[in-house]
Amino acid sequence: MNEIHRTLAEAHRREWAFVLAATVRVAGNLDVAEECVQDAFVSALAAWTERGVPGNPGAWLTTTARRRALDVLRRDRTLRGKLTLLIDPTDPAVPDPATIGEGEGDVIPDDRLRLVFTCCHPALALEARIALTLRLVCGLTTAEIARAFLVSETTMAARITRAKKKITIARIPYRVPPAHELPDRLDAVLTVVHLLYTTGHTAPEGDTLVRPELVERALDLARMLHTLMPDDREVRGLLALLLLTDARRATRTDDDGRLLLLEEQDRSRWDRQAISEGGELVRQALHRGRPGRFTLQATIAAVHAESPAYADTDWHEVLGLYNALLAVWPSPVVALNRAVAVAMVEGPEAGLVALDSIAGDARLAGYPYFPAARADLLRRLGRLQDAAHAYRAAISLATNAAERSFLARRLAEVTTTA
Amino acid sequence: MAKYMLLIYGDEAGFANPTPEQWDWMMKAHGAFAQAVVEQGGQIVAGDALQPTATATAVRGDATGDQIVTDGPFVETKEALGGFYIVEATDLDQAIAFARQCPAPAGGIEVRPIMDTSGAAPGS
Repeated sequence: MNEIHRTLAEAHRREWAFVLAATVRVAGNLDVAEECVQDAFVSALAAWTERGVPGNPGAWLTTTARRRALDVLRRDRTLRGKLTLLIDPTDPAVPDPATIGEGEGDVIPDDRLRLVFTCCHPALALEARIALTLRLVCGLTTAEIARAFLVSETTMAARITRAKKKITIARIPYRVPPAHELPDRLDAVLTVVHLLYTTGHTAPEGDTLVRPELVERALDLARMLHTLMPDDREVRGLLALLLLTDARRATRTDDDGRLLLLEEQDRSRWDRQAISEGGELVRQALHRGRPGRFTLQATIAAVHAESPAYADTDWHEVLGLYNALLAVWPSPVVALNRAVAVAMVEGPEAGLVALDSIAGDARLAGYPYFPAARADLLRRLGRLQDAAHAYRAAISLATNAAERSFLARRLAEVTTTA
Repeated sequence: MAKYMLLIYGDEAGFANPTPEQWDWMMKAHGAFAQAVVEQGGQIVAGDALQPTATATAVRGDATGDQIVTDGPFVETKEALGGFYIVEATDLDQAIAFARQCPAPAGGIEVRPIMDTSGAAPGS
């Protein structure tokens, strides 16, 4: 790969969202905008090879893509009649189409937040929001997204087309929601980024535990949101959570890809820079008011990341944080993690009582971590037959190969001892 | 502005035989809703309540092309269509905001964009 290719790949990762968001405003249509942005990246290769890389590659790409969009609209009048995407024409930041691309000194507004909020609109199904965000905000190809989620390209293409159609036909507006709607709408955005991260962090299926490309994209998105909304505490909390969790990535499996638990991980290999950045973000996010669910999760991750050894973990603090988290986010998965913390503070018997109190929750049916957590507590209590039973239940539900083989190892341990 | 239909779904059992108080509450709630839509810059184009599904009759074609008339709604559901509004709203966000304010004590609202049939075929 030569210098130009490298610059272009870098620009694709860093500038795609900005270029597309700015072009959507001119094109008024997601498909047209996407095509024009793709064309701009293609023509950049020849232009930059011939005349050198421009001082500001992002601005070059944006101007080129926006000009192209104008050309397309001039040529195809029928398309113009179908300017389908809903952009508020009274918005003072909407450019006068007549002047776009005429001057080199165009001030191009940063529309990335509009793009993100449109892709993550709660009226779209969660899986569609994720696909759209990867496609439109991260610039991944449909084939890449299909691969990441282990579905066929046709299925993924249909999912993306359906979502874009709903955006235009149902008139989902291209805008940042007003202040009174912002907390709810932002939570939908953060949920998408977090889910993207967790899907990459522990791949739901397949042989490898981590899908680095999804993890990297989620981190990019969290960073971008933090840049665009620097004062929002939950955005800060999410970025911190991802950094602190990801700091342990290299130590989560051994050389053979086997899963290692928190207590088995080599803490000297944790990413210190990510931990100190994440820790600092947590302290800022906790600074004022009541923390939200991402900030609380990040705080728990910080307690673990900053503890010098597993034996030094402050489980009382972890339990207190899970109590606070459960209060703002009453999810059975949080209750499950809280039960594990209860076991660490008050012993496995108390942990088991806490676990059994949520056993009837239908949302936990099919969730492999529930029988896995139960199995672990039963094993520690010496109830090996019950433990074996629970490990088998967990294995039958787990879909990730690394996790399955970990559970199989534990099952073998308790059955040989029993 | 665009038109949306707000379809009001709910469990009919709860409102089969309304008391005078319930009826009164219902009328007031819908009156307040209509007023709120206008105050927020929207428009109510149409709206009505439907008689219970026990009074419905379905007419449908069978495999041989004959039309069969049967007693009951087209689709049996626990939460039945009980009424509707057609509103004008600037976008889906506003239509959703109207739906949130629309009385639907025994169920919820489905928001559907209304197709503009005056121009070219959709998707062309």
